[in-house]
Amino acid sequence: MTQWALKEDEKAAQRPPARRSGRSKSPPTAVPPKYPVRDSKAARRLALLRAVEGWTFVGPATLIVLGLSIFPAGWALLLSLQKWDGFSEPRFVGGDNYAALMSDPDLADAILHTIIYTALFVPMSILAGVFLAVALNRRIRFIGIYRTAIFVPFVASAAATGILSTYLFNPQFGLVNNVLRVIGLPEQGWLEDRGQAMVVIAIMSLWGQAAFTTVIYLAALQDVPVDLLEAARIDGANRWQAFWRVTWPQLAPVTVFATIWQTIGAIQLFDLVYTTTRGGPLDSTKTIVYFLWEQAFKDLSFGYGSAVAYLLFAFTLLITVGVVIYARRAKIEAF
Amino acid sequence: MMTTIAHPASAPREAGANTAPPRRRRRRRPSGWHLFLAPTAFIFLLPFLQMFMASVAPEKELITFPPPFIPSHIDLGHVQTLTTPASGFIGLLSGSDVLLWLGNTTLVAIAAIGSHLVLCSLAGYGFARLRFRGRTFGFFAIVATIMVPTQLLMIPTYIMFARVGLIDTLGAAIVPWLATAFGIFLMRQFFLSLPAELEEAAMLDGCGRWSVFFRVVLPLAKPALATLAIFTLLGSWNDLVWPLIAINNDHAFTLQLGLSNFQGTRRTQWSLLMAGNVVATLPLILFFLVAQKQFIATMTFSGLKG
Repeated sequence: MTQWALKEDEKAAQRPPARRSGRSKSPPTAVPPKYPVRDSKAARRLALLRAVEGWTFVGPATLIVLGLSIFPAGWALLLSLQKWDGFSEPRFVGGDNYAALMSDPDLADAILHTIIYTALFVPMSILAGVFLAVALNRRIRFIGIYRTAIFVPFVASAAATGILSTYLFNPQFGLVNNVLRVIGLPEQGWLEDRGQAMVVIAIMSLWGQAAFTTVIYLAALQDVPVDLLEAARIDGANRWQAFWRVTWPQLAPVTVFATIWQTIGAIQLFDLVYTTTRGGPLDSTKTIVYFLWEQAFKDLSFGYGSAVAYLLFAFTLLITVGVVIYARRAKIEAF
Repeated sequence: MMTTIAHPASAPREAGANTAPPRRRRRRRPSGWHLFLAPTAFIFLLPFLQMFMASVAPEKELITFPPPFIPSHIDLGHVQTLTTPASGFIGLLSGSDVLLWLGNTTLVAIAAIGSHLVLCSLAGYGFARLRFRGRTFGFFAIVATIMVPTQLLMIPTYIMFARVGLIDTLGAAIVPWLATAFGIFLMRQFFLSLPAELEEAAMLDGCGRWSVFFRVVLPLAKPALATLAIFTLLGSWNDLVWPLIAINNDHAFTLQLGLSNFQGTRRTQWSLLMAGNVVATLPLILFFLVAQKQFIATMTFSGLKG
């Protein structure tokens, strides 16, 4: 759920200055002679009434959201400095958990597997999004059917996708190996093969999530000015050139945004691993979050688990900041 | 905007046709994109087709090689006997608590959607329109939480819930979905886009804030509320990680938990697994088919607007 609103976050960060200047307009006209000092009591009462009214509106939701995020986030920081199994007395260990992170070979493996998945999934989802959006952005027969077919997997849950993957990619009875056999290619081990399990997971993630990148590229394609494309045509550009020279640069902000979004989602991969391989075979699909989950909820190392969670948070921030800086340098107005 | 064009040809091609007359002849031919789109659409549908086929296939056919894509006849399965494990829909209904899980998931989704619609629209309106002490700070604190990965919050939230006795109850699955930062944000953005004059006029006519909110603003907010409801439905219906951590008691299982648990215990009972998949997925698929526009609006908002 945190995946949904990054852009809003960024945009909102730019909004307040304008708001403040808007507010500062009113006092000069209202303040001077009308309200002398002795009315300050009335003014304070008014402010209090407004605060009560305001917080009645925003209070309940704010309390729930902050109570389930800021407060636990602070607590997690404290936990990451402790050694605790949830039952015995917690012991303060300072930076020991973080020091242990640096030399944990299992965590290093998990980071590597996460990077492999991210490197497979993110480019595939961007390419699929652009491709499908360009293909779907036209008025031809059956276009509604095509769109529905490509978008509907978006509603499939990780649990359902997991069961479907294990069946489709089953080495013995699965549809995929059956197709390979029919066209005369060697059958594969897929989810039971160390080298291929992560590829299968990336493919099935793409199946479920291609709709997301496709939809945002489709929306962006409708905003590409038609006269720019016509001008390119008149200048003799063919369709291919018109796409790469005119349309693609116009899509750059969406590409930057989608890359950040999909990368943050990819480094948090857990569900589909849990519902397909449970980290196997031979730990080859164990990701950072899977490792975190095992540490925290199987081994009950709450302290160490929290330190891993903060490492993940740091990665998230680094990637976002990195891509935003790159986009600013490249003069892409993504945010 | 291109409604005046009588031919099914796409707009850019029309423009090209004007400058290059020889192309005119090709306009009535079906687009070449069908050659790409038809197989792609089929591949995207294939897993679901396989799911429906396998859920009503005789168990024996699913473990023959090569398995037939279309089952020879519809077999709703059978209950468990001494020699054969349960299979198909009948096996699913008789051998598991799937109806209870479906009820649990429905309850979670209804509670989540109801609470989201009420709390997030109130908060969104407050942050968009009211001026009061602490408003800016409160809103920024909420927006800041969007950046925090949920994985960071799992451990302390688990401990908190354990202390108040929510662990292993359905409440554990509901509470995190009562309100979300995204929901508040979405509603605030929507209310900011409404013209304030309407509300001012209503207040001049003697309406208080609350009646303005319920009588004037909410009826205008239907599209945003639909977006919010779909976002909440998808999120709460499909949530797996948090229920997995917080609920170990199979009377409080959600559908997703039950399914992922099946996969450990009934690994090779394919027709039963697929029947479970159908129960968990079909409601959302049908809903998607009915409200496709709103679903796409939800996806688009989450990406671009704001």
